[in-house]
Amino acid sequence: MNTPTLQVVQHGPLLRAEHVTIEYAGEHGTVRATEDVSFDVHRGDRFVLLGPSGCGKSTLLKAVGGFIAPRAGSLRLGGKPITAPGPDRIVVFQEFDQLPPWKTVEANVMFPLLAGGMNKPEARERARHWLGKVGLARFADAYPHTLSGGMKARVAIARALAMQPEILLMDEPFAALDALTRRKMQEELQVLWEEIGFTMLFVTHSIEEALVVGNRILLLSPHPGRVRAELNSHQFDLGSAGSVEFQAANERIHRLLFGDAASPSTVSTPAYAHP
Amino acid sequence: MSAFREPPIRPEYELALPLPSLGGAPLGPSAHPAPAHRPVFGELAWLRKAALLLVLAALWEALARWYDNDLLLPTALATGRALVDGIVSGELFGYVGVSFAVLAQGYVMGIAGAFLLTWLAVSNRVGRELIETLTSMFNPLPAIALLPLALLWFGLGKGSLIMVLMHSVMWPLTLNACAGFRAVPETLRMAGRNYGLGGLRLVLQILIPAALPAILSGLKIGWAFAWRTLIAAELVFGTTSGQGGLGWFIFQSRNELFTDKVFAGLAAVIIIGLAVEQVVFQTLERVTVRRWGMQR
Repeated sequence: MNTPTLQVVQHGPLLRAEHVTIEYAGEHGTVRATEDVSFDVHRGDRFVLLGPSGCGKSTLLKAVGGFIAPRAGSLRLGGKPITAPGPDRIVVFQEFDQLPPWKTVEANVMFPLLAGGMNKPEARERARHWLGKVGLARFADAYPHTLSGGMKARVAIARALAMQPEILLMDEPFAALDALTRRKMQEELQVLWEEIGFTMLFVTHSIEEALVVGNRILLLSPHPGRVRAELNSHQFDLGSAGSVEFQAANERIHRLLFGDAASPSTVSTPAYAHP
Repeated sequence: MSAFREPPIRPEYELALPLPSLGGAPLGPSAHPAPAHRPVFGELAWLRKAALLLVLAALWEALARWYDNDLLLPTALATGRALVDGIVSGELFGYVGVSFAVLAQGYVMGIAGAFLLTWLAVSNRVGRELIETLTSMFNPLPAIALLPLALLWFGLGKGSLIMVLMHSVMWPLTLNACAGFRAVPETLRMAGRNYGLGGLRLVLQILIPAALPAILSGLKIGWAFAWRTLIAAELVFGTTSGQGGLGWFIFQSRNELFTDKVFAGLAAVIIIGLAVEQVVFQTLERVTVRRWGMQR
């Protein structure tokens, strides 16, 4: 296991969520998405929000993104409260339509840079660099509709990384991909993280993905979303997916989420092929 | 129940694959040549349509000759000749020019009105409800039905024509543009806001391009409505300060019993309508929404 070379000055956590309660107006009155959720994300973290649907993990991520204001509690990035969306927290969404179809791959990566006031040549150079990093240099002039799902996800990741945000917010970015592509993307994300060492908040409903992608997992229970546990998973990578420890961690999370009654063999999870 | 046969157990095998040509990208040079040029069929479809038109013209010619009354039904050849004469002498261009000058003004003003209404509709809820009510009221109302009222208000002249043209463009365009803005994916809006875009920049850089397919189709419908409304309006009174448009040409030719000219005028209406649709709008769509994969 290679450790990333990170020169990190530790001044407390980068992102701090304290007693966050989020509510939104549903069809039958207000719905409580999360209740009293607290967690800290440090620089260089691959922090995973894991839970079944209805645990408010995506809502929580959108609140960090500044799209939703919490009903109670506070969200702070680098000590400053989060009030609105901003380019210091770039979101990678699950949906493929996050890429404006009228812009080429390169223009898509340049778009937020230009919106932030960077000049064109510099933005183009940066876009080329990051497209090269995700292996899409040859597709710079292609339009998104000509790309496969995995390639679109790569463009979205390149676009996010090109902004060099404080924290990368990933909202089930690989959930719409097929199992084989998803595995490949997890691998590539791992390689990128080891190379660059960004901080990310990663939302998923797949236990395997959480264990493989993250170094720390916040387990949320559904209706409303409450913290069930916070676990370490820095010891796992894609290579360890078949190991005994990995299986044990998997079962432990199952038990925490579904209670003792349900063992992994009886509860169907979005599992994918182990190597 | 257990009537199915056990499938045979076959030997396993593995194959060593040749190395991919370039970085394993899914666009390697294919060993198979592209299937032999399909578009021949498409080109044939174009030819087939032309042939069909010729057959129809021949039928028309035969019918007209059998009927033998130039006043009621001129032959296809006579109509063609009148059309060519009109073009060669430049007479037809004058009428078309007058029609287009009025049309352009009405069309542009209609677009301006539609954007104002759309802005009202997407900016707040009351505006939206108001515009929804107005569009559902006025969209089904044929613009030409407003002509008597327009004549009363603006008199016999360009003002009345522009008013009915505006009406024919504004409502369908507003309806389409509003639907287009509402259909912009939430993800795309959030992405725009994520990059710090807001207000007018969000509208210009995200919402309008994303709604472009709907806006273009609104413009197309608006054009078709405006064109037929204009011809109809010109038929009713037609001449403004001594200059008439294409509708006026048709009306006047009938008064003078040049039936072949009436037919030639109608043919011109059809040809221009088709040409704008095929050349202007198809081109616009090809270089924008179809190129971007937003429309097939």
